[in-house]
Amino acid sequence: MSQIVSHFNFIAVVVLMMMGLFVVFSSGNLIKRMIGLAIFQTSTGLFYISLGKVSGGTAAIMVDAQSADGQALSEALNPQYVAQYGIDGVVYSNPLPHVLILTAIVVGVATLAVGLSIAVRIREVYGTIESEEINALARVDAARSEPVS
Amino acid sequence: MTLFDTLYVAPPALTAQAPILAIAGPLIGACAAALSPGGRSGWVISVITAAFALWMSLAVACEVSRQGVLLYVIGGFQPPLGIALRIDALGSAMALLVSTMGLIGAVYSGHALVSEIRAETHTLFQSGYLLCLAGFLGLVSTGDAFNAFVFLEVSSIGTYALVAAGEQRDRRALPAAFNYLIMGTIGATFYVIGIGFLYGATGTLNMADMAAHLSILGDNTAVQAGFAFVVTGLAIKAAIFPLHGWLPGAYAGAPSLVSVFLAATATKTAIYLIARFTFDVFPDASTFGQAFLHVVLAPLAAVSVIVCSVQAIFEKEVRRMLALSSVAQVGFIMLGLSLANAAGASAAMFYIFAHALMKAALFMALGALAISVRARTLDEFAGVAREAPWTAAAIGVGAASLAGLPLTMGFIAKWKLVEAALQGGVIWMVAVFAAGSALTLIYAWRMVEALFFSAPVPGARRAREAPVGVLVPLWVLVALSIWFGLNASLPETLANSAAAVLFGTAR
Repeated sequence: MSQIVSHFNFIAVVVLMMMGLFVVFSSGNLIKRMIGLAIFQTSTGLFYISLGKVSGGTAAIMVDAQSADGQALSEALNPQYVAQYGIDGVVYSNPLPHVLILTAIVVGVATLAVGLSIAVRIREVYGTIESEEINALARVDAARSEPVS
Repeated sequence: MTLFDTLYVAPPALTAQAPILAIAGPLIGACAAALSPGGRSGWVISVITAAFALWMSLAVACEVSRQGVLLYVIGGFQPPLGIALRIDALGSAMALLVSTMGLIGAVYSGHALVSEIRAETHTLFQSGYLLCLAGFLGLVSTGDAFNAFVFLEVSSIGTYALVAAGEQRDRRALPAAFNYLIMGTIGATFYVIGIGFLYGATGTLNMADMAAHLSILGDNTAVQAGFAFVVTGLAIKAAIFPLHGWLPGAYAGAPSLVSVFLAATATKTAIYLIARFTFDVFPDASTFGQAFLHVVLAPLAAVSVIVCSVQAIFEKEVRRMLALSSVAQVGFIMLGLSLANAAGASAAMFYIFAHALMKAALFMALGALAISVRARTLDEFAGVAREAPWTAAAIGVGAASLAGLPLTMGFIAKWKLVEAALQGGVIWMVAVFAAGSALTLIYAWRMVEALFFSAPVPGARRAREAPVGVLVPLWVLVALSIWFGLNASLPETLANSAAAVLFGTAR
């Protein structure tokens, strides 16, 4: 049980990942497939953030204990924690995975945009966004001697 | 040692910045092309930028040949914390290949686009093309594992759009591009997950630093899972056998310029990253890595060589045939890599060069012929050699090189693979090479037979010789294929020094 609690984030990652992949491969609708892809990519985000989390850690911004920010931080943190370690001994979460996943999110958005615009073009050209109907039309194209554009 | 040692192509101040300029140049060019007023301006920008990237890659290659490893620290943040470009002989050889093909493709695009792409989208198309070029060049020069993902996706996003642009010639390019996007994104995401595992285990993203940590850490489940994700993700991008489904449709549907460029570079850069991770980042002695090479990669590559060659033999559409052949050729390259020794890696690298030259020439020549014949299947190309002898002759040489006939670069490439397999004592691999070459000969011959020895279909459109703007880049590729078939010292040196990076010793 404690295993499940301590690994809750990673279980969520696996569940999300499998859900996303399942939708990508099982669905025939192009938009649903893009949604599945987005869920799949999101699971990576959760994975990275979970990697970087340090228990009790705060945002990785260095503060001077005497400054107003430091005072505010010490008030916001768990009083017991501050009593034990002091504001200088504050633990920070690893910021790098956040930065990485921010980049990955941007990349994901760009991919999503390209994918959706291709789906729009497919709708304009084929008149449908169902994979099976598109495949049927593509087979007809293949049988023709001249390309259809 | 080599001719690169004594070659100084750029002033020292420029050479010092060459690694980043080779990437930044095409990126800036991509913006400029997108903003340019249209007409021929997109093409002019594309050619100038690609030439600049080649110049910079050459400067980098010379510098790497002298110094061994070129480290370019970005923004003054020292590695392993900061992102750095780290170019060694392997990376510089790949960069040289990519930028050469980039320039040849850019020159070819002047004519190819006019007949295949609507005039108002030319500049945007060139922008996507340069984005791809920047992505590939970044991918082979970066020393940071996550940075490699970003460049992988920069190039891929460009590629998806370029393939989709083929709809103006054949609407099947659209579903093919969509399929490619889905598979490519899954591959890239797998790669990111794998990097996440490796980062969790080592705490670093710098490849060299990661390798140092991994050699101390040895095998553990997180590292193994990371490795499996990275390699599977990249295998999708490299179109290794069961994961190659996206490739035939995408290459067949894309505008011919895109097929030319991608066939020569896209799968190759993914193969480069696989090699980088398997032999460089991952510890050499790990049983897991060895098991991957011998139990997973080698059999799949062998199946790929046989199955896709057979599929290519029975394929009617010429471009699909060439695309399937590309998957089979990737199998040849991966078999060479899976030997896990310097001879095998050198042979694989040489094969990459050979395949890039011949496959690009074939796609280019067929694209040029298809403009006038407007045909897709082999039967419709019957007898075009009479009307277009120069273009058809280029296809003949390309097919000969593909089949590995003597006096071509393809022959030397296959010879080196067989030699490496014999040296490694892997006899079954020699049998696969022989069978694969025989099958390749069959479909290469089908192409030659249709072009040269068949009577034209009655009522078919008359083929015209390709314009000079196509013949020049085409025959540059063909001439290189023949020249390197007679005197292979240049690609041989590049391949050997690249293999030396991975295995320490070159023959």
